[in-house]
Amino acid sequence: MNLVAAERIKLLSTPAPKVLAAAAVIVPVVFAALVAGAAEDPATVTVGVSQAGFQLGIAPVLALAMASVTTEYRYETIRATFLAAPARGSVLAAKAAVAGLVSGAIGLLSAFGALGTAALMAPEADLALDTGADWRNVAGLAAYYAVAAVIAVAVGTMVRHTAAALTLLLGYAMFAEGLVSAVPGAGVEIHRWLPFNVGKQFLIGAPDPAMAPTGPPAPPPSTSVLGPWWALAYYAAVALALLGVAVVTTKRRDA
Amino acid sequence: MIEAVGLSKRYGDTVAVDGLSFSVPPGRVTGFLGPNGAGKSTTMRMILGLDNPTAGHALIAGRRYRDLRRPLRTVGALLDAAWVHPNRSARTHLRWLARSNGIPARRADEVLEAVGLATAADRLAGGFSLGMAQRLGIAGALLGDPEVLLFDEPVNGLDPEGVRWIRGLMHRLADEGRTVLVSSHLLSEMALTAQDLVVIGRGRLIAQCGVEEFVARATENSVRVRTPDAARLRALLEREGTAVHDEDGALIVTGAESSFIGEMCAANGVVLHELSVLRGSLEEAFMRLTGDALDYQAVKEQEGAGR
Repeated sequence: MNLVAAERIKLLSTPAPKVLAAAAVIVPVVFAALVAGAAEDPATVTVGVSQAGFQLGIAPVLALAMASVTTEYRYETIRATFLAAPARGSVLAAKAAVAGLVSGAIGLLSAFGALGTAALMAPEADLALDTGADWRNVAGLAAYYAVAAVIAVAVGTMVRHTAAALTLLLGYAMFAEGLVSAVPGAGVEIHRWLPFNVGKQFLIGAPDPAMAPTGPPAPPPSTSVLGPWWALAYYAAVALALLGVAVVTTKRRDA
Repeated sequence: MIEAVGLSKRYGDTVAVDGLSFSVPPGRVTGFLGPNGAGKSTTMRMILGLDNPTAGHALIAGRRYRDLRRPLRTVGALLDAAWVHPNRSARTHLRWLARSNGIPARRADEVLEAVGLATAADRLAGGFSLGMAQRLGIAGALLGDPEVLLFDEPVNGLDPEGVRWIRGLMHRLADEGRTVLVSSHLLSEMALTAQDLVVIGRGRLIAQCGVEEFVARATENSVRVRTPDAARLRALLEREGTAVHDEDGALIVTGAESSFIGEMCAANGVVLHELSVLRGSLEEAFMRLTGDALDYQAVKEQEGAGR
């Protein structure tokens, strides 16, 4: 618990994470406002459409979680951290926990913020959370971002340089993963099991058929074959496995 | 108490630390001395569990660093004053360190007061001068009131006032019964700070002893002789098996006591103008003992300094 508290102090005592957190909340809200405001037919403004901004909001979330590790390498405070806590596995677990909790809170704020904003901009739209799928689509963003944050902590730990790690992970999450499905042959099958695609299955998979969003700006559906809750379990398991690899690497390396 | 047992570190083909064993007793300031690149910092990082030794191990208070549950309460270290986030205040920097080891938050203000940074507590560490950063690093080392302290080149780049302050602090900490290990590549600094020495060169132990013993062991005392009859005295001395060389008109004799030389001159009717014992300086002792173990860089530095 001491380590978690120490990591919390570290994350919240410099300006950069606050800026990123604010961006992660504001971007999906603005996105929802623009989409709902521009819609000619309020019936097209569904819960799924109001939440479409999560695809952009994930970028500052990944950056924030990653920076909790890479700035420590950048300023060499990681050595002070390991002097204070030589159990490196516990340090990384504490970092993942804090980044996950903060990112989860960002997910909740941005999702309900976006929903409320859409309701304000399109008062006639049906934005009530009637089904489990609706709730997953909104409140589920907390889990989606929290797991993404753990992945970012793991990748940041392995790569150590902010710019390199950020390019790698953002490039993967926002572009490369989707491109895998275009690879001829096994591409589609592989893409089905890639983590952010599966995570999206939890968020927007198995929608209420009547409310299924169609076409942009709603995100394309996940191609995962798992049920939503299995999808979340798989997505989280991938994140924990990456964190495990990061712990083993860090223990072997000289700080 | 710090113990290093067969500590070794290899990077590829380069051996940075080679089977180093020594112990650092409590209640004294122990200087960790060696030329630049001798492996002092690597050794300290291995003692503190930051680097994994290739072989051997180090114990602090009888335990490996990674087995200490709340290490800052046992060991305080300042290896590099730059290990601070520039956008974090001095107080917050100490607060997270304290929190990670279950140390009460008020200790942050206490140690800031102790190192003279109380008025700068809320300033961002990025704006600190080297001297202030060094004091902040020392505040971090003192945070857990540890029984063992390690400082790597703590006076580097400090003004004379800061240097004096650090020397006084080291002595105070040792007088309180703590174990204090201070590294330096400057023997003159160690002569003023340390009571004991662990001397290394090229990653190997050269000597572990008191400062005075180190000098006595390392320097052969030599005698300067001035005489109008230099050639004859030289022949006499060389017959006795002593080493003689000229130095601006005088003979420098090593391997013979001054009394022996004086008596020999009297017996042979050689007129003496001067007969004086030359005490070996610390620097000389250091250079002699580490001479074989100097690394390339240190050799270059010497050449540069001699020019």
